[in-house]
Amino acid sequence: MKKNLLTAIRMTIATTILLGIIYPLAVTGLAQTFFRDKANGQLIEANGKIVGSRIIGQAFTGSGYFHSRPSAVNYDASNSNGSQLGPTNQKLIDRVNGDVARLRTENPGTPVPTDMVTTSASGLDPEITPAAAAFQIHRVAIERRMTETEIVRLVSDHTAGRTWGFLGEPRVNVLELNLALDEESRVRSQERP
Amino acid sequence: MTINGWLQILVFLALIFAVTKPLGIFMARVFNREKTFMDPALRPIERVLYRVTAVDENHEMRWTEYAISMLLFSVVSMLVLYLIQRVQGFLPFNPQKFGAVSPAHLAFNTAASFATNTNWQAYAGESTMSYFTQMAGLAYHNFVSAAVGIALAIAFIRGVARRQMDTIGNFWVDMVRAFLWVLLPFCIVGSLLLVSQGVVQNLRPYDHAMLIEPQQVQTTGADGKSVATTVTEQVIAQGPVASQEIIKEWGTNGGGFFNANSAHPFENPTPLSNLIELFCIFAIGSGLTYTLGRMTGSQRHGWSVWAAMAILFLAGITVTYWAEAGGNPLLRGVDQRATATQSGGNMEGKEVRFGIANSALFATATTDASCGAINGWHDSFTPLGGMVPLVNIMLSEIIFGGVGSGMYGMMIYIVLAVFIAGLMVGRTPEYLGKKIEAYDVKMAMLVVLVFPLVILAFAAISSVKDFGVSSIANPGPHGLSEILYAFTSGAGNNGSAFGGLTVNTPWYDITMGVTMLAGRFLMIIPMLAIAGNLARKKYVPPSLGTFPVTTPLFTVLLIGVIVIVGALTFFPALSLGPVLEHLMVNAGKTF
Repeated sequence: MKKNLLTAIRMTIATTILLGIIYPLAVTGLAQTFFRDKANGQLIEANGKIVGSRIIGQAFTGSGYFHSRPSAVNYDASNSNGSQLGPTNQKLIDRVNGDVARLRTENPGTPVPTDMVTTSASGLDPEITPAAAAFQIHRVAIERRMTETEIVRLVSDHTAGRTWGFLGEPRVNVLELNLALDEESRVRSQERP
Repeated sequence: MTINGWLQILVFLALIFAVTKPLGIFMARVFNREKTFMDPALRPIERVLYRVTAVDENHEMRWTEYAISMLLFSVVSMLVLYLIQRVQGFLPFNPQKFGAVSPAHLAFNTAASFATNTNWQAYAGESTMSYFTQMAGLAYHNFVSAAVGIALAIAFIRGVARRQMDTIGNFWVDMVRAFLWVLLPFCIVGSLLLVSQGVVQNLRPYDHAMLIEPQQVQTTGADGKSVATTVTEQVIAQGPVASQEIIKEWGTNGGGFFNANSAHPFENPTPLSNLIELFCIFAIGSGLTYTLGRMTGSQRHGWSVWAAMAILFLAGITVTYWAEAGGNPLLRGVDQRATATQSGGNMEGKEVRFGIANSALFATATTDASCGAINGWHDSFTPLGGMVPLVNIMLSEIIFGGVGSGMYGMMIYIVLAVFIAGLMVGRTPEYLGKKIEAYDVKMAMLVVLVFPLVILAFAAISSVKDFGVSSIANPGPHGLSEILYAFTSGAGNNGSAFGGLTVNTPWYDITMGVTMLAGRFLMIIPMLAIAGNLARKKYVPPSLGTFPVTTPLFTVLLIGVIVIVGALTFFPALSLGPVLEHLMVNAGKTF
């Protein structure tokens, strides 16, 4: 008993050093050496400032931008969470009904894709479905004074298919798409005297 | 449901099938202390560890000494984790300057949670834990609690395999070999694979991003009035995530670095990272069935157990996938059909990159095993979709199961199955040449009864008392499901949650802490007692009256015992929670 207690104490110390300190620091070293950008969160910089991460969503509400999914935490990336609303909770139904009504005025006649009115699990979902992107093309085209064909091309540039043709779901990265839209608008305004 | 969805599910199962034999052989060699290809690198480390911890690697232990060593190690390492949390403000690797984890009952709850391989999280990682606590406290326990689980499963297998012996191995040696050979090398490779997909691994302070489009946000101020504020920046939480992420799944721990767990893009950024994580959840549990066959000299028995697990897995995923793909009938004017451009279904609390198939698959796998990581919130699943994870845990997570704990949990059901078969043919039941007698069955029943007792007692109190009910987020039958899920998850050492329940209260922190400790150690002790007792017995050669444990009939009987024991125990509670809610959602009722 006493011998095993001593071993337990020594084992805790020795394994904490090996598994709790050496291992994660070694992995950090390797990751920073071989995958520096990915290991640091794929941050996007513009004019020397960080404007976001490629894989963390941001909120967009302006009509010239593609909108991200609703988020239970307003895209606070230091506080990830979902809504935790159950399927029969009246709060969920009210929220969805409100969003559906608002979205239908934007795009009358089309059924609303489900990811446009449901909150994501992380609250930071960087992506929307191609259906949700198609749903917004008309509005963005009018606001940006571009043709729908031009917008469709930009969307498809930022659409990722399934990995190896079958893993996961097709999806559109909202932040990258909106940055590309801004860039396109900037170039056009320079071309026009 | 789509063909592509099923393709992903079957590819996943095929991968698990493929890894079973090589991993099973490897583990058998490791614990029989035979040569493996990793020995040149690992033997020197092992020897140093024994020297500094005063372990005699040739010493053999009776089951009692094995149990005491395991308990001492668990208690000491749990106390250290409690201490680390309470003093993290003075420790290094704390760029966000987090103070002590408080109140004390939260730190107790977390220490119990990680020492028992549960990883129930009453805190939000990114706003509570320093990088040091995450690495040396939480990820550390992910390694050792998993290693302890594997050691125990091996001890049990030895109990079956050995004849007329008093001992079942050396706890320290089994545990050290488990993390050095089985866990650590894979985690180094696996964590880098995850980083290549975009899982972060750094020690930098949280980044501040200037938003492309500043947002007006309505918040409720201290006086209860709604205030509009303009948000211009996004604080992006960082950390040494990948090194923890990989052992979180490989050791079926499940405790997320971030609050959103494997739904967070920094923990699980792509469909491929998702597949890697899913693979890790099942691999060791599946491999152990082969180890069981190899160490007991009956490979076909190992596969018949594997088959029972695979069938129960397929049954679970079919129901969850079907229920989630069907969507929520209460949402009107929403297109929930699966098309080429969207996965449709019930997307509340799910991520677009995973869609319905991968969210349902993850929820099923994480609760088949005692993992508890999530990539979508079970609380927002449809009633039946959310019932499957709950039922999986109620069956004590033996469908591939937690690393080690799944195997020894399954062994308890196997003892019961051969006992029942013995009763049916009127002969003394035998299991692989060992007579199963009154003592063994009593101990097995102790395990089977302690589990629901803890769950149902605490859930019953919580669902009638204010301190329990006031934590409910979703009223109606769903509220009962939330409470039931919490204690089931705790007793099963799973760690996933119906996350709406506010669990960082004195009542839930303390009762959940007790539940997790009971769910781990009150199971292990009778289980080790059976192992010690079996090891002592003589070998009885199979005769005509022996019920063979290598046939499809045995697989069917085993599934039958598992389902009947689970159903008899929990069906009344389930009928008031998810079953009732399912009837109501179809009747259009909301709460």
